[in-house]
Amino acid sequence: MTSAAYLPILIQVILATGVGLAILTVNRVLAQRVRTKNAIKDSAYECGVKSEGVIHTRFSVKFYVTAMLFILFDIEVVFLIPWAFIYRDFLANNIAILSPILFFLFVLVLGLVYEVKKGALEWEK
Amino acid sequence: MDFSFYFDLPLWIRTALQGIAVIAVLFPISAACSMAERKVAAWVQGRPGPNRAIVPWVAPIPFLGRFLQRLGVFQLMADGGKFVFKEDVIPGHVNKFYYYIAPLLALIPALTTVTVVPFGAYWDAAANTLKPLILADLDVGLLAVFAISSLGVYSIIIAGWASNSKFPFLGSVRASAQLISYELSMTLSVLPVFLWVNAPGGNGTLSLFDVVQTQSEPGFLGGMWYLFLMPLSAFIFLVALFAETNRQPFDMPESESDLVGGFHTEYGEFKWSLFFVAEYAHMLVGSGVFTLLFLGGWNPLPWVPLAPLIEGLPVWLGGVIGIGVFLGKVFVAIFFFMWVRWTLPRFRYDQVMKIGWQKLLPLSIANLIFYALAIALIETR
Repeated sequence: MTSAAYLPILIQVILATGVGLAILTVNRVLAQRVRTKNAIKDSAYECGVKSEGVIHTRFSVKFYVTAMLFILFDIEVVFLIPWAFIYRDFLANNIAILSPILFFLFVLVLGLVYEVKKGALEWEK
Repeated sequence: MDFSFYFDLPLWIRTALQGIAVIAVLFPISAACSMAERKVAAWVQGRPGPNRAIVPWVAPIPFLGRFLQRLGVFQLMADGGKFVFKEDVIPGHVNKFYYYIAPLLALIPALTTVTVVPFGAYWDAAANTLKPLILADLDVGLLAVFAISSLGVYSIIIAGWASNSKFPFLGSVRASAQLISYELSMTLSVLPVFLWVNAPGGNGTLSLFDVVQTQSEPGFLGGMWYLFLMPLSAFIFLVALFAETNRQPFDMPESESDLVGGFHTEYGEFKWSLFFVAEYAHMLVGSGVFTLLFLGGWNPLPWVPLAPLIEGLPVWLGGVIGIGVFLGKVFVAIFFFMWVRWTLPRFRYDQVMKIGWQKLLPLSIANLIFYALAIALIETR
């Protein structure tokens, strides 16, 4: 399949950008104008009272752990996609595929079990 | 009428025209879904819902005017008008450039994923086969859907970060962790389908059209939808789809009850509604993919493929029937989304992560191993 087959995706991205920009522009042109500055509108939302404390608050390190685990598992899942193409073909031609892939999945499950045992996925603590 | 001039146009102009046509259908349906959502909510909760707004020149029409009014059609238009004419606030505390492009970034992936999703089929008499109605018939099909739709997470992160405000920031951090967590189960849940679709000797494919074709073969197993053949895959995919489109009971990015409005707290007017058009467009495309994978696409019933039904009909009529059946199934799926939203209570955040990593992920791996062994048994018999 040539790269020309992907042309519609590029065109669609451009069209979607155009539609979005057109809507935002129409909104900008037709919207009601307010000339006076307003201190309340220019402050961060805080249920009607004055915002206090730092805006970018500290957040749990668990989010980073989750992101890293995702990258590991996502790469492993990507390795499985080419396997899906050839699995039945290899089986029909008696090429060893079942035991290697079961080993691969075993390693994947082992990693998941290790994470759970380590408590990397515990959010209450 | 003579349409032959259309086929003389350069390829990119034809593609652009098709793209415009698809957007012109997808965008209003996404907007209409927000109204449908309010009507379904009202129905579930036993109240009338929006039924007042009406345009003066429609009001005197007997029956129809009253019917449209009660259906809430004009409420949708009134809301759209309101969004356009509202003050275009850019609060002083936000990071202006990123604040402005975040809704745009939400819209682009939402309207682009539809490119690789076939939304119907027609009978090509010259080639004597069924051909998909699709903008880009790629063999990577589903992978492109996953790749493009997962870009939507950037709009949420950028919106939350650029808002320079506590609640949007927390909402976007939660959303990003949730979206990536459920992507794994989603991809793993569809692998059994493609293990089976890629028959020996065939070209490796992730094309959604081929998935539907394998669901429209003769015989008991051939005509069976994958919903019956792989119910657990369908269930995991559906749950992950709920999480990926930020629907209740997984609406962590918004979570009105603890984060005000989540990532879009600081947004207003059409910038705000672009986020929602994008969310509903994601829902539509996601339901479309679910329909193609597990509900037989444009085949009207299990064991009743579309091709023999439209073979003798004019090409356009066959195409319309195909699109009609497909859209009918998509709307049923959309209704299911809304039904669940107004029926189930939402999860707590730690529960969402626990379900994603400790329940759904092992379940989808077990499901994959089960089908891998089953296919090995069939293939080496």
